Amino acid sequence: MSDGVRVFLSDSESVFRRLARRTFLTCVRGLVQAVVAVAGIPLFFVSVLTVISLSAGIGVVLAPKSLLAVRRLASQQRRWAQEWSGVTIVTPYRPRPVELTNGLIGRLQRCKWLLTDPATWRDLLWALANGPAGVVLGLLPVFMVFCGVWTLAVDGGALLYGPWSNAVPDFGPQVFFLSLLPLGVIMGPRLLKAHAQAASSLLAPTREEMAAQLGRLTESRSQAVDASAAELRRIERDLHDGAQARLVCLGLNIGFAEQVVRDDPELALSLLAEARASSGQALSELRALVRGIHPPVLAERGLDGAVRALALSLPLPVDLHIDLAGRASAPVESAVYFAVAEALANVVKHGGANRAWVQLEYDSGRLVAIVGDNGAGGAALRAGGGLRGVEQRLAAFDGVIAVTSPDGGPTLVTMELPCELSLART
Amino acid sequence: MEVVAATGNGPDLLRALVTQRPDVAVVDVRLPPGFTDEGLRAAIEARAQVPGLPVLVLSQHVEQLYAKELLSAGTGGLGYLLKDRVSDVRRFIEAVRTVASGGTAMDPEVVSQLLARHARDEPLGRLTPREREVLALMAEGRTNAGIATRLVVTEKAVSKHINNIFTKLNLYPAEDDNRRVLAVLTYLNA
Repeated sequence: MSDGVRVFLSDSESVFRRLARRTFLTCVRGLVQAVVAVAGIPLFFVSVLTVISLSAGIGVVLAPKSLLAVRRLASQQRRWAQEWSGVTIVTPYRPRPVELTNGLIGRLQRCKWLLTDPATWRDLLWALANGPAGVVLGLLPVFMVFCGVWTLAVDGGALLYGPWSNAVPDFGPQVFFLSLLPLGVIMGPRLLKAHAQAASSLLAPTREEMAAQLGRLTESRSQAVDASAAELRRIERDLHDGAQARLVCLGLNIGFAEQVVRDDPELALSLLAEARASSGQALSELRALVRGIHPPVLAERGLDGAVRALALSLPLPVDLHIDLAGRASAPVESAVYFAVAEALANVVKHGGANRAWVQLEYDSGRLVAIVGDNGAGGAALRAGGGLRGVEQRLAAFDGVIAVTSPDGGPTLVTMELPCELSLART
Repeated sequence: MEVVAATGNGPDLLRALVTQRPDVAVVDVRLPPGFTDEGLRAAIEARAQVPGLPVLVLSQHVEQLYAKELLSAGTGGLGYLLKDRVSDVRRFIEAVRTVASGGTAMDPEVVSQLLARHARDEPLGRLTPREREVLALMAEGRTNAGIATRLVVTEKAVSKHINNIFTKLNLYPAEDDNRRVLAVLTYLNA
C-alpha cells in the first residue's frame, strides 16, 4: 500500500470518526434539549401560580424563587445556543438593584425588579413555547439516527440482496428508514441550530430594550466624558496656580541670588533659602495633585493596600473587611478607590461618627464596597454632592451606588460594580 | 561616609543588603523592575533576615501603611522620609547618622498623621499642647538637645515634659534615647 493510499484511508477514517462523534454529540444534546423542554412546562405553571399568589402574600416569597429558576433555565439555554450552535443571544435582564435589606422590603424590591422587567415575561413565554418546540426539534435527530442505525443493524446485511430477494419483506420502507441515518447526520446540527434561533426570538432583548440600553450607555458615557474633562481642567488649574507658579518663583530667586552673590552674600543666602522653601512647596503641591489623580499607593499595592492606607490616614478608627482574591483593572480600582475615599471623607466631614467600617468583597462577577459609620445619619445622594459624582463615575462601569442613612444612623453607602479580577500580583 | 554598594533594582538591593550588611542603607521605595514598592519590600525582607540592619527609606510620598510595616518588621535604626527632606542637607546627614546609630528618623508628615489618628484617644487627649509638640519631635527621632533648640527651652524642661508624657501614656521610661523613641512610635502605631 502506498503512502498516499494510507493517508487517504486514515483521513477517511478520521472523517468518519468525526462524523460519528458529531452525530453522537448532536443526539445527546437533542435529548438534553427535550428533557429541558419538558421540565420548562411545569416550571411555567408553577411560576404563573406563584405570581397569581402574590395577591395572597405568600407569592412574595415564592414568586422570585420560581421566576429566578426560569431565568436560570433561560440563561442556560442562551449558553447552549452559543456553545452548541454558535447562536449568540444577548442577555436582556435589567441590572439587579443593590439589595439593601433582607427583610420584607428586600423581598418586595426583588419582586418589583423581576416583575417590571419585560424579559421575565418573555422568559416565561419561552418556557411554555419551548415545550413542544424543544421536544420535536430535540428528539427528531435522535429519532432519525436511531431508526437508521437500528435498520442497519437488524436488516443491513439482508438489504444488500436487493429488492427482488425475499430476504427482506418490506424493502421500500426499510430503505426509507435506512436513509434517515445520513439525513439525521446532516440535519441534526441544523435542527439544533433552528431550535437555538427559535429560542433567540424570545430570549434576546427586544428592539426597544436595546434602544433603552443604548440610551443609558450614551448618557453614562457623556457623563464620564464631562467628568474627565472637568477633572483635566482642575488639574490644569492646580498646576498653573500651584507648582508652575512656585517654579517661576524658584527660578526668580536663584537668578536674583546669582546677581547679588558677589556684592551681598548675605542677601544671596536668604534668597537661596527662599528658593529651597519654594521647591518644597512645589513638591508638596505636586504630591497632593498626584494623590488626587492616582494615589501612588494604589499603583503600588492595588485596591486592597490603598484602602488600608486610606483607613490609616483618617482621624477615626476604621474596621476593614477586605476579601479580594486578585486585582481589578486599573480604571476599576481607581473608580472604587475614589468612591470609598469620598464616602469616608463624608464620614469625617458630617455625621459625628466615632467609628467607621469598610467592606470590600468580590462575588460572582461583582465588586461590592460598603462604607458604614455610626454617625447621626441623614446622608443622601444630593445633586452636586460628592456621592452624586461617585454615582456618575461608577455608572461609566455599569456600577451603582445606594445610600441608606436613617435619622440617628447608621449610614451605609453600598457600591457595586461588575468586573473581572486578575490573579493577584505579588 | 563610604558607599559600599549602589544597586538599581529590588532583587539586587536585597542581595546587597544581606551580603554587604552596611552600617546604614538608604533605600528608595519605588524601584525597577516593577516600579511599585520593590525597595520597601526589599528593606523589610532584609531587616527580617539581618536583625538590627539600619535602613533609611526615602520616597516621593509617605504612607502610614508603609511606616507601620517598617516599624513592625525587625529592629534597629529606621528612617522614613520624604525625598524633599534631602534638600536640607545638614538635617538629612543628621538623619543618616541617627539611623546608623540605631535611632529613628520619621518624617514629620508621618508623625503628624499618627498623632491626628490618636487625637481623640483617651490617654493622648490628656497631654498638654506643649507635651504634644515634644511628643511629635521625639517621634521624628530628635534628641533632647534637638528638641530643646527647636522649642527654645532648656534640655531639663524637655526631659521633664518627656517624663510627663511617659507617665500619661503608661509607658516604661527607658533611659536609652533610641529605645524611648521606638516605644513612642510603637505606642502610636498600635
